[in-house]
Amino acid sequence: MSTEAVEVKAEGVPRREGSPWTGLWAVVYKELADHLTGVRMQILETLMLLTAVGTVYAATQSIRQSIGEDPFLFLRLFTTAREPLPSFVGFLGFLIPLTAIALGFDAINGEYSRRTLSRVLSQPIYRDALILGKFLAGLATLALTLVALWVVVTGMGLFVLGVPPGGEEVARGLLFLGATLAYAGIWMGLAMLFSAVFRQPATSAMTAIAVWLLFAVFWDMLAALVSQAVRPTQYGGVEEELAQARLHLLLARFSPNTLYAETVIALLNPAVRSLGPVLITQLEGAVLGTPLPLSQSLLIAWPQFTAPVAVVILLFAATYVLFQRQEVRA
Amino acid sequence: MSAAVETFGLTKRYGPFVAVQDLNLRLEVGEVFGLLGPNGSGKTTTILMLLGLTEPTAGSARVLGWDPTRQPLEVKRRVGYLPDSVGFYDELTAWENLRYTAALNGLPSPEANRRIQEVLERMGLAEVAHRKVGTFSRGMKQRLGLADVLLKRPQVAILDEPTLGLDPEAALEFLDLIRSLKRDGLTVLLASHLLHQVQTVCDRVGLFHRGRMALEGTVDDLRERVLGGAYRIHVQARGAGVERVLAEVPGVARVARMDGDTYRVEARVDCRAEIARRVVASGELVGLALERPGLDEVYARYFQELEAQGGAA
Repeated sequence: MSTEAVEVKAEGVPRREGSPWTGLWAVVYKELADHLTGVRMQILETLMLLTAVGTVYAATQSIRQSIGEDPFLFLRLFTTAREPLPSFVGFLGFLIPLTAIALGFDAINGEYSRRTLSRVLSQPIYRDALILGKFLAGLATLALTLVALWVVVTGMGLFVLGVPPGGEEVARGLLFLGATLAYAGIWMGLAMLFSAVFRQPATSAMTAIAVWLLFAVFWDMLAALVSQAVRPTQYGGVEEELAQARLHLLLARFSPNTLYAETVIALLNPAVRSLGPVLITQLEGAVLGTPLPLSQSLLIAWPQFTAPVAVVILLFAATYVLFQRQEVRA
Repeated sequence: MSAAVETFGLTKRYGPFVAVQDLNLRLEVGEVFGLLGPNGSGKTTTILMLLGLTEPTAGSARVLGWDPTRQPLEVKRRVGYLPDSVGFYDELTAWENLRYTAALNGLPSPEANRRIQEVLERMGLAEVAHRKVGTFSRGMKQRLGLADVLLKRPQVAILDEPTLGLDPEAALEFLDLIRSLKRDGLTVLLASHLLHQVQTVCDRVGLFHRGRMALEGTVDDLRERVLGGAYRIHVQARGAGVERVLAEVPGVARVARMDGDTYRVEARVDCRAEIARRVVASGELVGLALERPGLDEVYARYFQELEAQGGAA
């Protein structure tokens, strides 16, 4: 009997049997219920709702004065800022990372510190189901929150402006929703990765917030500094300035915040024709201020749209591998 | 009888550190087996390998005929595990925690509700079913842990340090619950370092030491093997030559003079009557008491001797 057992092992890596997704939905439902009823999320959702109402109301006040002049009135709801309030999109850029980090920072180390992991994993499920379930539940919570916000904003627009959104506006709004979800996914994925790396939930939360601060506040300064050092404008020529601007943009685009901002601009402002530096010669024959069709706007922002999705997948893959290799015992 | 759990040369190494070395274990269906040993001797690692939660470096295991490395889902469907200092989601109620376990086991809702009610009643937790687990005492959490194990109606229950951290009364109650599992026909694997507590419920025990199974057998068996006799009799007697008289009693393995008039006799049989007769005939018998040494002593003695041998060699 024992020789037979040794032979099985010698044949190679034993394959495990049964679907890795057994019990996935049980995990998703449980985590989703936790997120939606948890105090942590309720506070953040209230905050988001309040800012949405505040900024959009302020936006409607300033849009009202220019009603009839803009064919994409509805999209202006998202982007119009009125002193002292920033625009709705500006607020989202701040609140979404916080919310996403709150959803993910204790996903794995929380199970260790509550000593629930070995009990849960001794049920007939694979770890794959647990980690994917947590990830899907986090994304679903974010999606639910964002859709709710989007509906609130659109509803307020209808109510206050009295103008229904056109088909293209709705399509652009939905794409904006998708881009925001991918942006949120990055922060949640990062927080979950840290929750697998660090044993203390406080450590993973602080690290995730530190990374967010780096990108939100310091990254652009660093990009400017580095591009000025590497491509200095010694003679003040156009070539030099262009090289510096390109390097600056390249560096800035490593930040998810930059990518998100560019996607949002291209999607919500149909008049935007380029996200980089444009030479006068390139604008010859262009009718400035005319809106682009949706497909062209999407084309402009396509790399900025897909990069965050790829980053989310990479972050999830890293978390997955790390978690699979961890010992169950703390 | 067929085996519920069997391991063949099961080994787990973490780098140069050997957690479990060449373990050959066999649990018959329906028995309570105690995996005993100090902390860090490889008990929990063995359990995790049996559940497929960690991969063995070498060797293999069979749990109810399934291979935990290849078929962990089949194993985990039939085996309940109560981890060392079990944790629950504090912000959920006892009922909600068990609902999650039921869902992970794929139980349909009406069946899950019926079973949850049943196991909570059995563990005496029906009244606190809708209280948050955060407010539970250690003993209540431990009983909820056992309810969690029983929810899937397992054939094998693996309990890791089930009495650790419980007050003496709660520990005794918990041991009673474990006995009731045996009456239900479950095979129970108990891991603990509290030897004196669990020796009373185990049919057989295996003593672990640095990743190896040092001794295996029934408690009486081990007592006999290690302490030379299963019975230890304290004799208090006056007179000359008592020690010689005691040594001549049939069944006596060893006699030691403790202090003054007290002697310690180790015997394979309960020979108190014979001792009394002979001592009275030759001197003056003051006292006679029987002491049954516990597993703690078996363990301590065994490893003392092992180390003494190692030192001499």
